[in-house]
Amino acid sequence: MTRTLVVWCPDWPLVAAGIPPGVPAAVFHANRVVACTAAARAEGVGKGLRRREAQSRCPDLVIEQHNPARDARAFEPVIAAVEAFTTGVELSRPGTCALATRGPSRYFGGDEALARGIREKVDAVLAGRGEPSRVGIADGPFTAAMAARRDTLVPRGGSAAFLAPFPLSVLDEPDLTDLLHRLGLHTLGTFAALPATEVTARFGPVGEVAHRRAQGRDDRDIVGREPPPDLAVQVSLDPPADRVDTAAFAAKSMADELCGSLAASGLACTCLLVEAETEHGEHLRRVWRHHRAFTPATIAERVRWQLDAWLAETTRCGCPLGAPCPGGEPCPSGEPCPGGGACPNPVGGTSGGLILLRLAPEEVDRAHARQGGFWGGITEADDRAARGLARVQAILGPEGVVTAVLGGGRGPYEQVRLVPWGEPRTTAQPQPRATAQPQPRATAQPQPPRPRKNEAKAGTRVRTSGRSPSPTEQPAWPGRVPRPFPVCTPGHPDPAQVVDDRGRSVGVSSRSLLTHAPAQLSIAGGPWQPITTWAGPWTADERWWDPAAHRRRARLQVMVATGGAYLVTLEGGRWWLEATYD
Amino acid sequence: MSRSDPLRSLSDKVRPLALARDHSLPLSPALRDLVPSGAIQRGSTVLVTADAGGPQGATSLAFALVAAASDAGSWCAAVGFPDLGAVAVAELGVDLDRLALVPRPEPAQWISVMGALLDAVDVVIVRPPARLRVGDCRRLTARARERKTVLIPVGSWVEGADVRLTVTGSWWEGLGAGDGCLRTRRLEVTANGRGAAARPHHATLWLPHDAAAYAGADADLLPDPAPAETGPLRSAG
Repeated sequence: MTRTLVVWCPDWPLVAAGIPPGVPAAVFHANRVVACTAAARAEGVGKGLRRREAQSRCPDLVIEQHNPARDARAFEPVIAAVEAFTTGVELSRPGTCALATRGPSRYFGGDEALARGIREKVDAVLAGRGEPSRVGIADGPFTAAMAARRDTLVPRGGSAAFLAPFPLSVLDEPDLTDLLHRLGLHTLGTFAALPATEVTARFGPVGEVAHRRAQGRDDRDIVGREPPPDLAVQVSLDPPADRVDTAAFAAKSMADELCGSLAASGLACTCLLVEAETEHGEHLRRVWRHHRAFTPATIAERVRWQLDAWLAETTRCGCPLGAPCPGGEPCPSGEPCPGGGACPNPVGGTSGGLILLRLAPEEVDRAHARQGGFWGGITEADDRAARGLARVQAILGPEGVVTAVLGGGRGPYEQVRLVPWGEPRTTAQPQPRATAQPQPRATAQPQPPRPRKNEAKAGTRVRTSGRSPSPTEQPAWPGRVPRPFPVCTPGHPDPAQVVDDRGRSVGVSSRSLLTHAPAQLSIAGGPWQPITTWAGPWTADERWWDPAAHRRRARLQVMVATGGAYLVTLEGGRWWLEATYD
Repeated sequence: MSRSDPLRSLSDKVRPLALARDHSLPLSPALRDLVPSGAIQRGSTVLVTADAGGPQGATSLAFALVAAASDAGSWCAAVGFPDLGAVAVAELGVDLDRLALVPRPEPAQWISVMGALLDAVDVVIVRPPARLRVGDCRRLTARARERKTVLIPVGSWVEGADVRLTVTGSWWEGLGAGDGCLRTRRLEVTANGRGAAARPHHATLWLPHDAAAYAGADADLLPDPAPAETGPLRSAG
């Protein structure tokens, strides 16, 4: 039998969900508890319980959905920590892994030392996110799993005695366990005492395997997983490359190698990390994204841009603003330092040649998912635009080029999310259509200019009551200002003043009515402009359930005598210029 | 519809010829009488500006100019619009999937960013920085002409614009004294420039110009509906 070590992280689905063990929480699958925290167990929640029963035992139970993919993903660092000790680690299920101790135990100085070392490493990875891990060593994987529950080491040949007091349910064979219970057998010890031939004759192969396990004679082998290949490519440059073209030339062959090994695994890289090190120990890194997939040519191109930008970057003064720079004249921060090399706090720039270049794929995708079609799909113009925009990103940084994604919201600014070019353009919220084609909704315009406040609230409540809108259903945003939308929406609005014809500031009553008719507008302390026409207010009481994010706003469309139209907002007793219909 | 429609679209796709219309970007029907040819020539510079005294509408007009081209698959970039209301831009008809925004280019790198964008996309809409050198303007205009990219500066351009669209007036319809809401806007635009566009030409536009926006506007003020599109007749095969 294989001497086996099993690492068990208790309540792994909850650790993966990020729930601390002190919170009563449970993971449900098909309306049954599959895992719960220690706090929930203390309240009487247990595996297999129905959701309603669990909630009646523990009313403030936090409910999480079963997500095996997330559990497996979160377990990957733990496996990597264990793989530091030996290869051939078997992932039994997320939260549990097994390895044969024969080699590593001898290397690390015995079973106890190995168990201690692994437990420390795994607990360091867990960093207090869940209960401490448990490690068990015994003969055979089944006994070792039981030993891991007790966090103990079972001596060689002691399996049968160790297993004897365990209940039959640990065999995880519900039908067999049920039958044995009715036969008056309740522990593994009593089951193991039956003669093997009789068990095989009566219970078949399932009974035979269970019987061998109960006797501590589980001779299943550990099937170690193959560690994922390390796809990163790196090259040491000797002598150091002090010219861009030398390094770019090396990058070309690295890119070929990287793409070759990716293609061999049927993968394509969509996000790439380029790292370099100079001979003075400076570490430079930048992440590149590609909307489709990197090819050797596009990788080499990006490495060249990146090196160009790094080497062109001048050393700036890092002294605090206005402080005298000992290297020379007092210099404003952010300007090229007049002190030159004498400045004690240089920022940016590189010194010396590159000695190391490393390309590591950050995100990969199935290669066939990234292939263009014959007609339609991605055209030459799209490729040209993508290359050019990546070039601009090389100049300004990844955040310098963005695209806009529309989402939901009441104000014109809230409906737009800016994502850096190359990132996936996914909408966070269901998106209302706002295109030039007249929509059925649009013909119903204008919305009532004075939505009642309770109406707005009711609409908000509907959205938060847990009923998720179906994909075809457009969420309503009561209190949203109707089309057309303003074309200039500053993120930081200017203060404004709105007064009536006698100079009294205009307010909004609790019944969402204006206290006075607006007559004059002043923007950011500018001159008073007479208001010719106006409409509103559109009131919105948003996120009233969250005191930190709660916002009550009233919006007003106004047109001044010059023909300019503005969207002004009253919030917290002050008017703001939210947008301009430029 | 006839069976020849898919064939015609297929023949459009595989046709090797470069026709005159490939040298220009389409304009939405409502904007066609702004420029003499009814389309924006590729490689030209179109300045969109407003009269002194400040009627609004230059930004909307600039994005409305590229709407039809964007819808037809052209890539656009907007440089120097940190406060752009993307919802409004989408509403004007610009496809946000093909609109790249460079909200705050660093002044020192403005020229190199503009150069890279003129190489990359079909239309660059730019709000130039306050201090703009004549030499830079000339270089960018020349680069746009060479790369067949349309350059649309909004606000000011020192020299070299082929067409200059000046907003002389902007009035919104739909607002009352506490009732209604903004519906559509009447823009008075004067177009002049070089070559065929040299003669000043006044036009009245409605932005946004879709049917839903017209619903409440004064019927007398509205222009005639745009004539239906008739594609060029061309037999397949």
